[in-house]
Parts: sequence; structure tokens; C-alpha cells
Amino acid sequence: MLALFYIFIAVAIGVSFWQITRIMNFRSVIATDEDNEKQAKYSLAFLAFLYAMMIYCLIAMNVIMLPEAASVEGEHDDNLFNITFWLIGIVQFGMQFLIFFFTYKYRGNKNNKALFYADSHKLELIWTTIPAVTIVLLIGYGLWAWNNIMYVGDDENPIVIEVYSQQFRWDARYAGEDNQLGLGNVNFIKGINTMGVDMSDPSAQDDKQVTELYLPKGKKILFKFRSQDVLHSAYMPHFRAQMNCVPGMVTQFAFTPKYTTAEMRQNSEVVAKTDGINKIRRAKGEDPYEFDYVLLCNKICGASHYNMQMKITVVEEEEYNKWLSEQKTLAQVIK
Amino acid sequence: MSDHHHKETFVTKYIFSQDHKMISKQYLVTGIFMGIIGGFMSMLFRLQIAWPDTSFSIVEAFLGNHQTDGIMNPDMYLALVTIHGTIMVFFVLTAGLSGTFSNLLIPLQIGARDMASGFLNMVSYWLFFLSSVIMIISLFVEAGPASAGWTIYPPLSALPQAIPGSGTGMTLWLVSMAIFIASSLLGSLNYIVTVLNLRTKGMKMTRLPLTMWAFFITAIIGVISFPVLLSAALLLIFDRSFGTSFYLSDIFISGEVLHYQGGSPVLFEHLFWFLGHPEVYIILLPALGISSEVISTNARKPIFGYRAMVGSIMAIAFLSTIVWGHHMFVSGMNPFLGSVFTFTTVLIAIPSAVKAFNYVTTLWKGNLQLNPAMMFSIGLVSTFVTGGLTGLVLGDSALDINVHDTYFVVAHFHLVMGVSALLGMFAGVYHWFPKMYGRMMNKTLGYWHFWLTIITAYGVFFPMHFIGLAGLPRRYYTNTSFPMFDDLADINVFMTIMAIIGGAAQLIFIANFFISMYRGQKATQNPWNANTLEWTTPVEHIHGNWPGEIPEVHRWAYDYSKTDENGEYVHGKDFVPQTVPLLDGEEPS
Repeated sequence: MLALFYIFIAVAIGVSFWQITRIMNFRSVIATDEDNEKQAKYSLAFLAFLYAMMIYCLIAMNVIMLPEAASVEGEHDDNLFNITFWLIGIVQFGMQFLIFFFTYKYRGNKNNKALFYADSHKLELIWTTIPAVTIVLLIGYGLWAWNNIMYVGDDENPIVIEVYSQQFRWDARYAGEDNQLGLGNVNFIKGINTMGVDMSDPSAQDDKQVTELYLPKGKKILFKFRSQDVLHSAYMPHFRAQMNCVPGMVTQFAFTPKYTTAEMRQNSEVVAKTDGINKIRRAKGEDPYEFDYVLLCNKICGASHYNMQMKITVVEEEEYNKWLSEQKTLAQVIK
Repeated sequence: MSDHHHKETFVTKYIFSQDHKMISKQYLVTGIFMGIIGGFMSMLFRLQIAWPDTSFSIVEAFLGNHQTDGIMNPDMYLALVTIHGTIMVFFVLTAGLSGTFSNLLIPLQIGARDMASGFLNMVSYWLFFLSSVIMIISLFVEAGPASAGWTIYPPLSALPQAIPGSGTGMTLWLVSMAIFIASSLLGSLNYIVTVLNLRTKGMKMTRLPLTMWAFFITAIIGVISFPVLLSAALLLIFDRSFGTSFYLSDIFISGEVLHYQGGSPVLFEHLFWFLGHPEVYIILLPALGISSEVISTNARKPIFGYRAMVGSIMAIAFLSTIVWGHHMFVSGMNPFLGSVFTFTTVLIAIPSAVKAFNYVTTLWKGNLQLNPAMMFSIGLVSTFVTGGLTGLVLGDSALDINVHDTYFVVAHFHLVMGVSALLGMFAGVYHWFPKMYGRMMNKTLGYWHFWLTIITAYGVFFPMHFIGLAGLPRRYYTNTSFPMFDDLADINVFMTIMAIIGGAAQLIFIANFFISMYRGQKATQNPWNANTLEWTTPVEHIHGNWPGEIPEVHRWAYDYSKTDENGEYVHGKDFVPQTVPLLDGEEPS
């Protein structure tokens, strides 16, 4: 591929030199009918190129895209996305056709006359109203989904987990039996109390600090995010979840995992993507990849921003309870 | 006005000139120079994205102690991304585009001798020049230039402990931008005053060419929003240097708790995007204005729906000031605000759709003269549609959650404001080059430049949507830390190759531009048979624009191919300049 790239460069430079030397005796500056013919044909060819590329991308790149949402809340997100994407896809195909086909069809010629057509209230009304109505419907669904995702009712009894960010790592803290996180502040950071938890707070005693997320399937999780230094963003693409971590404030996001990691590994989209990745990895002599949920940093945060990640494992509820009971409470760890 | 009788020295003519035509050329050449730097940076970081482990001698040659054995350091990668964004957004597409064409065209198209204040205009350019110089100097400071992203969110941009670029590099960035904003404000105020007060007789607001409307409204948005960025930058300077806590609170870094209490980075985000979003339209509207003029002239047809176009520009401008929160859906802002911003944001699709449809209808049944400028304008409509449509995904808060800050966003804004505005700028240069330099640009090179540019632009930015949908975050030094992104490597290589060909294609433009300046064919007075006033001035520039009286305007700018009942051209040819009085019984359009 690198060789190909050098060849391309050489060709590009060659072409430019060739053309630039021609300019010395080449003084035509205004499009003639002949130019119009040529450029019109190129426009048509470009339209074909654009269509081919769009169709190729839509088909061939399907496999690299994220698999279906692994959270209950993400379903609506996927639905809305599909509707929106089809809609803009159709408009895109139609509009590009009109733009380049008209360029071809109405190419200039000295025998032609343009139509003096300056205004039409009817047309203007049509293409103001149709987008407006479509958009109102889209916004309606969008806002409904947004409220559904962003507001967590008290009656939902979510499991509270804190995700804590710093350059360049993630930590997590489970709220323990009382499901209440102990207060945290950077002033309490000392020794092994790396998340700055106020150990005089009674609700902090049963909190459990971990370096990997374990989540139970089918239970709503309410994440609370804090940052120790700069902005970070906790991005969990498979769950269609993202929230910034802001120093000085606590932000939140909630979702309900729908598939365990084991189940997700059987998902046909995941299998296809994993196969593709492993083919590449085998060719390079690297270890095979196995699907895992991941939390990655998605707000520029410094040199190692590109490698700030935490593994997420979704398991059945019993297994989750068992794992959680094996973790030590802060009271046990920090005296 | 007797200025043109005064003897001019080299300094007053070419350097400290107060003539809007010279100032516009100064803006253009400075903009092209900055564009070369900003574009070249993107080539460097595209190399890193495509071949993260490969050593490049070009990296070794240019990045000094910010690379190891021909591989750039992560900090330098972020710095390149940051400065590329800053230069392209502000120095090329704001000053280079608006500065050039507002200066050139406003007095010429409204029929004025010069800008309302030639002196302020000159100061505006030289402040821009100064800020460019400072920005370039910042590239050479020891710890590297600003590297917190072009959005410079604190605390990253406030703390040198967090990233080395936030030291002297960031200070220079802020100083440069503060001066830039002053320059932009002086320019914008001048444009507004000139359009409102110096129109020639008969040039009613409703007869202004769409370029004028676009530049006028752009200047208004600039005056409304740029001061807010200035205040945001000032508060950041205070936080960085004088110990205040506007944006910072509860920070523990490098083993110690910092003293900051009670500030909020979200406040900065609000202030930044209050400029940042209108900025998109400050960039885009002039390009749309230029293409309106170019498309109508070359289609030999009036622009379709003049009033709707003006209305759309105003609607876009108004909406642009109340949508900034869509950059902050996942910033921790109250979700209710998210709903409001979703609503206002998606509304922008309506005037944008009207504009796109009107361009297409203008092409319909035209007699299209496919000059290079026309091709660039048609390309603009194409990329504007492609990029604009994905705005419906990003503007919808529920969908934005999952594509926020991924390459999907990068693809969207590069197409809709980057490529579109650049194509508009090129259209403007090809179209008004004869007005600026009295010579014509070569059309064959123009066609090569256009086709290579649009093919590679789509080649880079269309596949980019899909790697965004694969969940790839932007601003990653390398994607190799996540095996789940391994299958994106080939696409990244393809995009880099496309980017480099596209970059190389710009050399054709640069060669064409500078060679034509000296060797191009001499221009005639009205080479494109256009209606607007600038083509009534002599080819040779004179101070004051028109040798005698300023012509009077009798009609709008779009009487192309106007025919009578018998299908004959009313004035015997397919265009009627604005200076031609109405015939007896001729209906004004």
C-alpha cells in the first residue's frame, strides 16, 4: 500500500508539471461549447462514481460498523438512526442525481436559451413544508427517545456505579449494599485512596473500588462520572452510551445491559466483525481477538488519550452478585 | 473623491494600502499561505493515522524534537490536529474567505468608492497579519504549540501539567486569537456600515446581489458572536495566569491538589460554542453567497427564489445563534436544554433545504457555461447536501450520544463547512480573478484542480462516516490500542492516500494562481457577461473604482436570459447589467 501511495504521488506531480508546462502556450480561459460538452460528460461520470462509492460503502462497510445496541435504551437509538439514515440516504441519492444530471442535461450551447424562471411560490411552499413536516416527526421521535434515555425515575431502583477518570486511566466504584456512594473530592486523595473518597462518610464504608466493570444483565445501571484532572468522556459505544467526565461536578448516564458478553459473542454481526478482524490479525501474526465490551475515552485529554480504556463484562445476575461479594469494601482496604 | 490623483508610494500602494481591492488581495495571499501550512499539517497527521509504526523522513525533517526516528510523538499529533483546525477555521475560511471577498466585492457590487473606513480596513488586515505571525511563531516554542484541540477546552488548555502544549504555546494561541478577533470585528463593522450607508443610487436592499446579502449577514453574526469568544479567551487567560477559577475546580494533577474552586469547564463550552456554532455559518454563508452569484451568471438564468434565498440566509443566521448547545449534548448539561437545542438545531435543516433546492432549480433549464468557477459552485452544492444531511443525525440529541466526537462528526463538518467553503472560495477566486489581477486563470488547470479536489474530498470524507459509525473516536494518535478497530486500518490508508492526492492537487491551483497573475491572458472588462456592478469598472485598478460618476442601478442583478412574449431577449442579449434602465413597458423582475 505504501508503494502504491508513492506511485500516486509521482503521478500527481507528473501530471501537474505536464499541465503547468502547457500553460505557457495555452491561453484559453473561458469555457467554450466544447468544454461544456466535456465537463457535462465528466459530471455524469462523476455521478456514477459517487453512486458507486456510496453503494459500495453502504454494503461493504456494513460489517465494520457497531453491532446492534447491547442496551435496552439503545434500541430506540438504533431505530431512530435507521429511520434517519434511510431518509437522508434517499434524499442524498435524489439530490446528487439532480445536481449532476442537470449539469449534464442543461450544458451550455450557443444555440440554446435559458428559461427565465425566477420564482414560484408553489414550489417554494412545497419544499419548505415537506422538510418541515418530516423534521417535526423526526424531532418528535428523537426527543421522546432522548427523554427516555436521559431521565431516570426513582422507582427504577438503578444500581449506582461511579466511573472515575484521570490521565490516563479509568477506575470504578460500586455503591455497595446501601446503593449510595460515599462523597468524593480531590482533597481526600491520599495513598491508596486514589479516588478521593471521604472515609468519614458512613455511606462510603461499603463502597467497592475496582478497575474493571462487571454489569448484571437486565438491571438498570446508573453511572455517576467524576474526573480528577481534565475533561474525559466515558464512551461505551456498544451500549450507545456516552457522558463527559467533568472536574468539579458529577455527571450521570443510565442504561440497562441487554446481552451478556457471552451472548454478544454469539451475535451474528459481532461474529462477522470479529472474523474480519481476526483475518487481519492472523496475517500480521497477532493473537486472535475476542469480543469484549469496552469503555473508551472520547474527549481529548492528553498524550495517551488514544489508549485510555476499561473492559466491561456483562454477566447474568447471580454471577454478578457472586463477583461483587468477592470484592473488598473500602472500609476493609482503607483504614 | 479625489484620492486617485494623489501620488502613491510603494508602501502606501502595496503594504499599508487603504484601498479595498489591495487589502482583499493581501487577505487572499495571506490566506493561501496559511492554507498551505494548515493543509500540510493534515498530510502529516494523516500519515500517522494510516501508518502509525512507519518512519517517515518528512516527519523527521519537519517535526524536530517532537518526533522519534521519523515517528511523531503523541503530543505533537494533538498539536498538529489543533493547529490544523485553528488555521483552517479562522485564518483560511474566515479571514481568507470573508476577508478577501467581502473586501473586494462589497464596495464594487454596491457601487461605492471604497469601504466606509479605509483606515480601519487596513488596520483590520494588519491585525490579521500580526495574529498569523504569532500563530506561526507558536509552532516553534520548545514545548510545542497549543494541543488541546481547536476548541481548547479547559482544564486541558489551562494546565501545562496536563499537556506540554498548554504552556507558552497556548499563551501565544490565545494572544493570536485575541488579535484575530479584533481584526475580524473591525472588518465586520466596516462591512455592515458600508452596505448600509454607501449603496449607490437605485441600489435598494432588495436589489443587492445575494453575495452582498451573504457577506452583510455574515458580518452581523460575526459582530454578535466573536466578542463572546474574546471574553471566553480572556477568562481563560485569567485562569491560566492570574489564579482565578472561572473554568477550573477540584483538580488533582501531578501529585497535588490545585487551588481552583468553584469554576466549571461547561461554562467555557457554552461561551466557546456561542461563537463556535455561528462560526460555521460565518464560514459557510459567504461561500453560499459566492456560489449563488457564480451559478446564476454561468447558468445564464436568474437565481431561483431570490427572496427565499435572502430569507433563508436570515433564518440560518438567526437560528445559528441559538443552537450552540448541540455541541454539548453529553457535556453534563441539563437534558432539558438538550431537548431545546435539538429542536432549534434541526430547524436549520429547513432553510438549508430551501437553499439547496433553489440551487438545483436554478440549474434546471439553464444554459450552463461550465467554467471552472461554475464547476466549483456545483461541487459546493453537492458537498453541502452530502454534509448537511448527516447534520440530521448529529443534531438529534438521542443519536448524537453515540456519534459525538467520533469520526462521523469529522466527516460531517469537513464536508459541510470545510470542503464546501473551500470549493466556494475557489469558485470565487476563479470567477473574480480577472477583477483582482486583470488577467484570467487557465481553465484546463482549473478543471484538473476541480475534479481532483472533489474526487479526493469525497474519497477522504465519505468513508470517514463509516469508521465513525464503527465507534472510532477522533483525535486518537493511533487506533492500534483497540483490536476492535483493526478492521479500519485499510480504510484509513485509503483516506490518507486520497488526502495526499487532494493536497497535491492544490499545487495545481497555486501554480495556476501565481503564473496567471503574471502571464495569464489579459482580461476583458466583463469576461463572464455578468450583471453586477463590479464588471462596469475598468480592468486596471484605480483608487475610487469608477473613473467618473458611480453608475446608477435600475434593476436587480439577475436579469439573465430575460425574454419578451415572442421569446426574444429584451435587450438583445442574454444578460442585462444592473446599470441598464428599464425599457418602456418592461416589467421589473
